Amino acid sequence: MKKVRMILAALVSLMLICSVAACSKQDASNSAPAQKVSLTVSAAASLKDSMDEVQANYAKENPNVTVTINYGASGSLEQQIENGADVDVFISAATKQIDQLKAKGLTMDDTITNLLGNKLVLIVPSDSKANITDFSGVTEDSIKKLALGEAKSVPAGQYAEEVFKQLNILDQIKGKSVYGKDVKEVLTWVATGNADAGVVYETDAKTSDKVKVVAVAADGSHTPIVYPATIIKSSKNVDAAKAFMAYLSGPQAKVVFEKYGFTVLAK
Amino acid sequence: MDLDPLWISLKTAITATLATFFLGLITAWLVAGYRGKFKGFIDGVLTLPMVLPPTVVGFFLLLLLGKNGPFGEILYLLGTAIIFSWPATVIAATVVAFPLMYKTARGAFEQIDINTINAARTLGASEWKVFWRVAVPLAWPGIIAGTILAFARALGEFGATLMVAGNIPGKTQTIPVAIFFAVENGEMEQAMTWVFMVFLISLVLMSVMNYWVDAQRKQAPAGK
Repeated sequence: MKKVRMILAALVSLMLICSVAACSKQDASNSAPAQKVSLTVSAAASLKDSMDEVQANYAKENPNVTVTINYGASGSLEQQIENGADVDVFISAATKQIDQLKAKGLTMDDTITNLLGNKLVLIVPSDSKANITDFSGVTEDSIKKLALGEAKSVPAGQYAEEVFKQLNILDQIKGKSVYGKDVKEVLTWVATGNADAGVVYETDAKTSDKVKVVAVAADGSHTPIVYPATIIKSSKNVDAAKAFMAYLSGPQAKVVFEKYGFTVLAK
Repeated sequence: MDLDPLWISLKTAITATLATFFLGLITAWLVAGYRGKFKGFIDGVLTLPMVLPPTVVGFFLLLLLGKNGPFGEILYLLGTAIIFSWPATVIAATVVAFPLMYKTARGAFEQIDINTINAARTLGASEWKVFWRVAVPLAWPGIIAGTILAFARALGEFGATLMVAGNIPGKTQTIPVAIFFAVENGEMEQAMTWVFMVFLISLVLMSVMNYWVDAQRKQAPAGK
């Protein structure tokens, strides 16, 4: 029993020492002169890789601003904001979500900016033997499972639906469609081979070598893909948010976005 | 309103409960009778799906059943896939419901007076007879409780289901999945309806189980 008590005492003291050390570490950083600002940005899932890089670059130039990015389907992010989530900046993959927020009076309307553009592509696993050259090819029997974003909350799913509707095959493919909660999930399903084909953005396809693009949606086959950004009205860090938004429209961010395959719309 | 999620959920939960019933019952009996050193460890492993986050369960199932997994590869060669199919909902539900059935049944078996079991053995009953004709009837209230718990859990399974069965309306979209996407899509009324339905079913089940088990316990104490 004595031994157990000694071990217990040692553990408790170890924990106390660690927490004191952690506390003192925090104190040291808090004594830095600049005011620390924390920004929360909700961004469409397809922006993950590019925004991570933009954020890292921004952090180097603005060490007193901590930007936390929350990725998800634009519809989900919109829901979160409508339900009171503490978000400063919202970047959506479609205008629908921002329009809906605007209609509910949740946006700072004069900050709404069309940031980026993208292309919609049809992908298959890179080792797929299916012979498809355009979007109508998904009706082939070799495509047993078609991965799409859930149309009502995932813009990529919404755009895909428009394309298939225009080709008059939307009802036909319903039986083989499986719906993901964001475009990255759709990409993963195709990359792992669990889906035989999927519709994602060109920028997503570029991030994975396990998929290959077999078709690009023609202009006019869907609503133009526009990524608007806005500051949320309830933001408590409007100045910092404005500075970040300006950065997103600036030259350094442009380089990063174009690297990942986005079209930069901001002048 | 499209009632598909209700039928899919019921189909899945009933099938999963049937599978869990037999698997859980037999495993509980075997572990209850096992007196070796590894009893605690084996019990721990069998209880894991209940304590692990459903996403962990979903992850392992995906590894096993996915195209690149051991089972998935075989199925792929046969031209089918389990991922994104209705059987996947049953597998996910069974895996998470199993520990509930197993634990409850095992507890029920261990409550039985060992003398009754041994008496049956000395009277020449085969192990199967001892199990099916002596132990199971004596442990019946506990077994039923476990079955109802398993059903409720199977009905409510979400995380692992979404990961391996996906969201395919009319095929794998169970009620919990429908609720999730209804909320994501801003369809609050739809979500509310489903929530209410599941709430009602689960509450009724749990209450009925409690009353029934109490009544059984008052009538016939196990094995004495």
